[in-house]
Amino acid sequence: MRIKRREPITDTNLLLIITVTIFVGMYALAMIVWGGGFLNPQQFLNIFNNNAHLIILSCGLTIVMIAGGIDISVGGLNLLVTLSCIVYLDDHSGSVIGAAGVALGVGLAFGLVQGVLISYLEMQPFIVTLAGMFFAKGVSTIIGGGPRTATNEAFLEIKNWTLRLPGIGSYGKAGNFVPAKIELGMIIALLVVAVIFIVLRWTRLGRNLYAIGGNSQSSLMLGINVKRTRFYSYFLCGLLAGIGGFVYLLHNGSGDPSNVAPIEMHAIAASIIGGSLLTGGVGNVVGTLLGVLSLKTITAIVVASGLTKPWWQSITTGAMLCFFIVLQSIVISRRGAGNAKLQFPPWLKFRRKKQPDE
Amino acid sequence: MNKRFTATTRALAHSQLLIPLLAFFLLIVFNLIRDPSFFSVALVKNNLGNMVLSGNLISIIDNASELALLAIGMTLVTAASKGQDISVGAAATIAGSVFINVLRANDMSLPMILFAFLASCVVAMLFGAFNGTLVALFKIQPMIATLILYTAGRDIAYWINGGASPDLTDKTLTNYFGTFFPGIPIPTPILLVCVCLIIMALILKFTNLGLYAQAVGINENAARLNGIDPVRIKLLVFIILGICVALAGSVNVCRMGSLNHKTALLDIEMDAILAVAIGGNALIGGKFSMVGSVMGAYIIRALQTTLYAMEVSSDAIKAYKAVVIIAIVLIGSPVVKKYASLLFSKLRKNTAVVQTGDL
Repeated sequence: MRIKRREPITDTNLLLIITVTIFVGMYALAMIVWGGGFLNPQQFLNIFNNNAHLIILSCGLTIVMIAGGIDISVGGLNLLVTLSCIVYLDDHSGSVIGAAGVALGVGLAFGLVQGVLISYLEMQPFIVTLAGMFFAKGVSTIIGGGPRTATNEAFLEIKNWTLRLPGIGSYGKAGNFVPAKIELGMIIALLVVAVIFIVLRWTRLGRNLYAIGGNSQSSLMLGINVKRTRFYSYFLCGLLAGIGGFVYLLHNGSGDPSNVAPIEMHAIAASIIGGSLLTGGVGNVVGTLLGVLSLKTITAIVVASGLTKPWWQSITTGAMLCFFIVLQSIVISRRGAGNAKLQFPPWLKFRRKKQPDE
Repeated sequence: MNKRFTATTRALAHSQLLIPLLAFFLLIVFNLIRDPSFFSVALVKNNLGNMVLSGNLISIIDNASELALLAIGMTLVTAASKGQDISVGAAATIAGSVFINVLRANDMSLPMILFAFLASCVVAMLFGAFNGTLVALFKIQPMIATLILYTAGRDIAYWINGGASPDLTDKTLTNYFGTFFPGIPIPTPILLVCVCLIIMALILKFTNLGLYAQAVGINENAARLNGIDPVRIKLLVFIILGICVALAGSVNVCRMGSLNHKTALLDIEMDAILAVAIGGNALIGGKFSMVGSVMGAYIIRALQTTLYAMEVSSDAIKAYKAVVIIAIVLIGSPVVKKYASLLFSKLRKNTAVVQTGDL
């Protein structure tokens, strides 16, 4: 009797493997060639510490992209959440728990409105979330008035809390051992990645998200509530943007409405490098996490390699993005055509095939 | 007479120009109620001694020129490639920096301005071809493909400028293109947009470009089976967008007399996509209306000018803009349209019942 080979619903392993290989290779190369900071575990952990908000926002974007949509409001929303928390903490002398509530509330409200507009009123996601971005940036100017820094003492206490890792660290200039430290934001970010990973892989909602992104018509035929699932994707993205805004505040302690850094584009780039497709149906949060790490590692490498002029960072980021995008496109087209299948030896596969019975 | 009237109204109701016309009309009425003299246009003498037109209406149409130029190219790209180019702002900055650097390296003269424009045109078309190749040959979604140039573009311009924000030393000749030609009371950018629109209309009328772009956008495989090469069409629309980008970048440099890679034409890619959407074009490709997109550009700028006139601060404007955008797109959304037509047919049935009852 032959057991039929079970095909996974979405074959994201290949893209994930490429991302993992390139990230590990890139970091190993940096350790060998430039050494110094790259050998210090603190520098590796600092990628997490400094970009915890980006990891969380990218997770939200990955969910939306898996469901076949796009959300470019996360950057503006991140800003709005940060400023509302600062205003709540300082001007209304609120508690930290309350500020976290404000962050979640603002994020959820945005996700709710955008989700309803996109999934139930069938408006184009790009336009709705573009308007969302404009709205969030405008409102953050109105409520914040300008660059603000949080001065609430209870909040600063939490902000400055760090976890010292025993046994891991580096030796300072005086020869003393400095244990590596991680911030609260990093813990939250890793928790979010774990939770979203579980949701996407083992819950009905997660599988439905892949299904409607892969083919919404077929999912409708199979009895999946496409509109509700699409709504949940934006709702979750809004929630994660709320958490991301609070984490951003935990790390930076300040917000500036005139900040023009396009966080949403970094998040989209991270998702793409991590193997998500904008057409939907393919994606993985672990890949997204590695995407953020790759994006930030290449920036560090550019600085270490002596290209100190300010324009090199963006240009190398663009080049790396170009490489990943073209690579993905080639891989996808090769697999779709079926003429030159990229076959890995069994020991390289994440899920081993069952051998047919004799 | 009555029959013809209903036929016209029905044609208008089904036309994709309904939403932009309605939005434009509402904006005008709102402004006229708020300030009856808002749209008054006057002939005044400017500081160069020319008789020129001035007024809010002229400044709206003038300031929207770059946006309108980009919207023209973006409409074609949207129609053929089922996606949008988000790198136009960055690419226009690159084109502008090429333009300004050629002008700074040479003596200023009218042929030199033309040469600088041609140089920026070539560069912008190369970048357009780069985007087009990724989209057409590698079959990458346009938004993702153009994300590369969006990320790197403004810093490439910074690189070309050598880490400075250059300005033109002699601005008399470039001012002709950025503001007014001596003896012509209409701002030159408006004339440039008109020329562009006329050329585009002629191209669409006398070549198959428009038809082929729509065919590729509606069903690529069907188009290919009918002998249209989708790769060539997609590449072509991106190169045409490149020309529009070079025009927008050069006009902006002429208007400002300088170039700052960070702030020049900021967020214009979003506005251009918005203009296409407000013009009643589907962002997933297919049929398009060039006039609608240009009208969309003017609506966006009119909205901005209205908000400035109401003394809304420049950063907070975005919030109000977002609300109006959502309202405009909401009216045009298929679900709302379906409910509206249901409601209308119900009303018509009721009136019909009343009329037959009278008889």
